[in-house]
Amino acid sequence: MITVFDRPEALTSAKTHYCPGCTHGIIHRLVAEVIDELGVREETIGVSPVGCSVLAYNYFNLDMQQAAHGRAPAVATGIKRVHPQKIVFTYQGDGDLAAIGTAEIVHAAARGEKITTIFVNNAIYGMTGGQMAPTTLLKQVSVTSPQGRDAAPQGYPIRVSEMLATLDGPAYIARVSVHTPQEVSKAKKAIMTAFEYQMAGIGFTLVEILSTCPTNWGCTPRESLRWLVDNMIPVYPLGVKKMVEGVKV
Amino acid sequence: MAKVLMKGNEALAEAAIRAGCRYFFGYPITPQNEISQYLAKRLPEVGGVFVQAESEIAAINMVYGAAGAGARVMTSSSGPGISLKQEGITYMAGAELPCVIVNIQRGGPGLGGIQPAQSDYFQAVKGGGHGDYRLLVLAPATVQEMVDLMEKAFDLADEYRNPVMILGDGILGQMMEPVEFSEEKETLRLEKPWATTGAKGRNPNIINSLFLDPAELEKHNHHLQQKYDRMRKEVLWENYQTNDAELILVGYGTSARIAKAVVDQARAQGIKAGLFRPISLFPFPKVALQEACKKSERVLTVEMSMGQLVEDIRYNLEFKVPVHLYGRVGGMVPAARAVLEEVKRLVNSGKEGKTHDNSF
Repeated sequence: MITVFDRPEALTSAKTHYCPGCTHGIIHRLVAEVIDELGVREETIGVSPVGCSVLAYNYFNLDMQQAAHGRAPAVATGIKRVHPQKIVFTYQGDGDLAAIGTAEIVHAAARGEKITTIFVNNAIYGMTGGQMAPTTLLKQVSVTSPQGRDAAPQGYPIRVSEMLATLDGPAYIARVSVHTPQEVSKAKKAIMTAFEYQMAGIGFTLVEILSTCPTNWGCTPRESLRWLVDNMIPVYPLGVKKMVEGVKV
Repeated sequence: MAKVLMKGNEALAEAAIRAGCRYFFGYPITPQNEISQYLAKRLPEVGGVFVQAESEIAAINMVYGAAGAGARVMTSSSGPGISLKQEGITYMAGAELPCVIVNIQRGGPGLGGIQPAQSDYFQAVKGGGHGDYRLLVLAPATVQEMVDLMEKAFDLADEYRNPVMILGDGILGQMMEPVEFSEEKETLRLEKPWATTGAKGRNPNIINSLFLDPAELEKHNHHLQQKYDRMRKEVLWENYQTNDAELILVGYGTSARIAKAVVDQARAQGIKAGLFRPISLFPFPKVALQEACKKSERVLTVEMSMGQLVEDIRYNLEFKVPVHLYGRVGGMVPAARAVLEEVKRLVNSGKEGKTHDNSF
């Protein structure tokens, strides 16, 4: 018998708590596949956030630290400074990274910390029940923007990747999505590049991954993929936002 | 080694290096800046890392990451900054991570001032952040003691896997005294098999304070409480002229230095005064305090607060002895002369059979 599909070694056998149609599971798998393919599972330390992926430490078969809300880049800084030869990544959602953790991500990027951030953007607070996030689109309905997000009182969505790409510290920043098999392949390639840049010691790396939240968006998994394409990608265009020279990928 | 004249903050920083600390994450705030300035220069010389963080919150979370990665690590700050660090401190207590946190206290509340105070006592000894937890809290009274307690602090942190706080104040941080350092010893460093170093040939290590199952979280809290109970044997204190004392002054840190001078002045005037100085504020040296106050008719706490230590003294004496307070705040420091007047007033009111309405 030939095994054609198996669980990456960098994932545990634990069943995830993610909702049907959520793409966290795909993204976890991509990160794990990259770690396996680079052969660095025993050299990697991950940091899980507060939010839907808070329990990521149960799903990654790696040394993991669980961080306070938004503080994963600071925690990762502490780890990386102690173990500069190890691979350190944070896994964070948009509420965690783009609201309460804005200072930590901006300054980790500005310092050029040699870490990788996997930034999962689903334009809403999922874990706490669908509140407006800093990434929530204009007119998007959430439980705390029940009339739809209005720029006048509630401000505009933040494009984190573009904002961080203006800094000198980052080495590689890209935005990808996982709504089709082709995009999944591109997303994996971006994660691979980010880890390779980190291992080459070039600087800070971040991959923003657009993700779905059918539960809190109030739609089916299939509708959520369509909604992401029609509404999120125009506001959050995919592509490499920054890539410094010097690494052969 | 010969004695050298050093500022408290700098001596404390050098002592951290000698204690094997190689990582410092901090944010500027007066009156503790000399600690980070000293370490910014010194740590790279010994292969260490100094990072000036974007905030106190980031700094303490960097400490969390480094401690979880197995390092001897510290941060330092003062009142407003220590308040910001409480998030990280409670996470570290929950995840059982060792580190040393220095609070060179200044006046509060709010932005307060930059002059010395002791008004963060409650915050230090009762937990400080959310949840049931404790820090080991050590309170030096001299620059030499700042040095001596630093090594002890790192050892205690590792032994109990718990944050340890050095509770100083702006006077101790800024004053210069002769100090002697011991050479760095690396003999008794504890292994940290729980640290996240990469899961090479073993199951993953996880640093975490989340327990979603209430039964599990209660169990974790019981485990922590048992640890805090075990810490009781780490009590430290100093008795000065307490054997025959009818009035015991109690103070820690800078206030204890002043109270000691008051004891001498009172004795010169025929008043049998003594000083009990707690050095460990948590665990509190309850038995030693009770022993020291056995013969005394009154106790007077001297502190740079509106009355924080005094509550623990009353509690630990089980309300059997009248406990009075002499407190100055806002950066104002008790003058020995004024404390002596209070001592005389209390002794005289005792002779007249009066009790003071400020006791208990």
